[in-house]
Amino acid sequence: MGMTMTQKILAAAAGLDHVEAGQLIEANLDLVLGNDITSPVAIKEMDKMKVDGVFDRDKIALVPDHFVPNKDIKSAEHCRCVREFARRNKITNYFEVGEMGIEHALLPEKGLTVPGDVIIGADSHTCTYGAVGAFSTGVGSTDMAAGMATGKAWFKVPSAIRFNLIGKPSKWVSGKDVILHIIGMIGVDGALYKSMEFVGEGIKNLTMDDRFTIANMAIEAGGKNGIFPVDELTIAYLKEHTNREYTVYQADPDAVYDAEYTIDLNKLRPTVSFPHLPENTHTIDEIQKMGDILIDQVVIGSCTNGRLDDLRCAADVLRGRHVAKGMRCIIIPATQAIYLQAMEEGLLKDFIEAGAIVSTPTCGPCLGGYMGVLAENERCVSTTNRNFVGRMGHVTSEIYLASPAVAAASAITGKISCPCEL
Amino acid sequence: MDNAKGIVFKYGDNVDTDVIIPARYLNSSDPAELAAHCMEDIDADFIKKVKKGDIIVADKNFGCGSSREHAPIAIKAAGVSCVIAETFARIFYRNAINIGLPIIECPEASKGIEAGDEVEVDFNTGIITNLTKQVQFQGQAFPEFMQKIIAAEGLVNYINAKQQ
Repeated sequence: MGMTMTQKILAAAAGLDHVEAGQLIEANLDLVLGNDITSPVAIKEMDKMKVDGVFDRDKIALVPDHFVPNKDIKSAEHCRCVREFARRNKITNYFEVGEMGIEHALLPEKGLTVPGDVIIGADSHTCTYGAVGAFSTGVGSTDMAAGMATGKAWFKVPSAIRFNLIGKPSKWVSGKDVILHIIGMIGVDGALYKSMEFVGEGIKNLTMDDRFTIANMAIEAGGKNGIFPVDELTIAYLKEHTNREYTVYQADPDAVYDAEYTIDLNKLRPTVSFPHLPENTHTIDEIQKMGDILIDQVVIGSCTNGRLDDLRCAADVLRGRHVAKGMRCIIIPATQAIYLQAMEEGLLKDFIEAGAIVSTPTCGPCLGGYMGVLAENERCVSTTNRNFVGRMGHVTSEIYLASPAVAAASAITGKISCPCEL
Repeated sequence: MDNAKGIVFKYGDNVDTDVIIPARYLNSSDPAELAAHCMEDIDADFIKKVKKGDIIVADKNFGCGSSREHAPIAIKAAGVSCVIAETFARIFYRNAINIGLPIIECPEASKGIEAGDEVEVDFNTGIITNLTKQVQFQGQAFPEFMQKIIAAEGLVNYINAKQQ
């Protein structure tokens, strides 16, 4: 029986010729990641281990990004804990304010994630790096601690669901709409414990930023990882970002999948997830028939949608227009490099002239940390990844997940809207 | 491993980590402080009522969402002795094992147990007994490898023991 792309990567990392779904393996890790929320707990756990420091100071990435720049005294203490640990262990890839960005946008940009890698991160959206053909998955702080200490992690080899993408997305349809459509179709536990493997001729019509967005939200369908094959576009991206050597793995032709879906990208419509689960999806056409859904705030950013494609798209919508009276539109470039490029392209000017604000990179509002927390009964259209109860603030507030195009259009009209309506 | 025995708090599908422990409290990693806000956004009374040894029973995909280990830490520190669910989200599942919070998957139990029932769980056999209704369910016992981690009360102790 053949292996899926994920199974092949895991087999190689475990030093095995063959693995099967359900098998417990111990794999060597290429990168272990943590942020300012999860690393302090991991550091505390690692202190209890009988080890001398970390397994490899070059294979650990510490990215304070959630409550950074420090939102309060307790957050500042957490960041200090991470900073001192990084200094003590001479961690190569520690990113201080000024060089940091949102972890899942930052690491690929810095060339730290390449095809064939096995990566664990104490952050659920670590699955993002499947966009470059790596196996990457979210874990908790104790797994992170064990990973930092030993360079290994145990995994149950996952089975997979295959998503065959065909066709080309139409205008105002992006990677976000693809993944929201899929989550709406299979549900928030539709890929529980499984790999989501995205294949098909339609992939060539998805930019790298589209692919990062899609892989990023695999966890919102319960997936263990999301992964794309390596094509010319991936290779061009890697050439620009890294000198690391890598191995490209392909699924066997006779690999077995639990299920297979074909998705015609051409037929997808801008899609929005209603409160309080990412699976509560509606197309913009359905929404237009519902009557106005008025909103108070728009957030464009996060590890899901804070990349250049996203900002360019938002700027195309906002340029020459103005956000609705009373609307708060918060735009957060995901990394310093993206921020700088957006400045050079004039996007920041477009945003500010349209009445939006632009923040330094942070996860901030996505998890209700700061920089856009919602009051009682307030509604937000957000390009982030979760719309759970209380996620962005008050327990009665509501989050509508959408693409940057829909978010920007909604900021202008003050209600959930498609750019095609403007 | 000792049996768990306690009164049941019952929840539905997709109990996410944001309601188990809201991110506004993640500027702390102190178990007692986290426990004080456990389940706050889904059941404000939980922390007032929960007693040591009590059991949480839920439907599918318990613990979905973020990777925050603060979620099982908060539940464990609140005194909960076991979580029973139809299914668990995978990161929560790993985290619970790694910190030594016993959890067990059993779709029949999640349907056959109500809030307020007294329940006992035998981790060695996977048998879940609803003492109030006098019914038994067969939960999925852990693979041997995971049993060893739980018996060592977490991954850290397990790794330390292995290295000696």
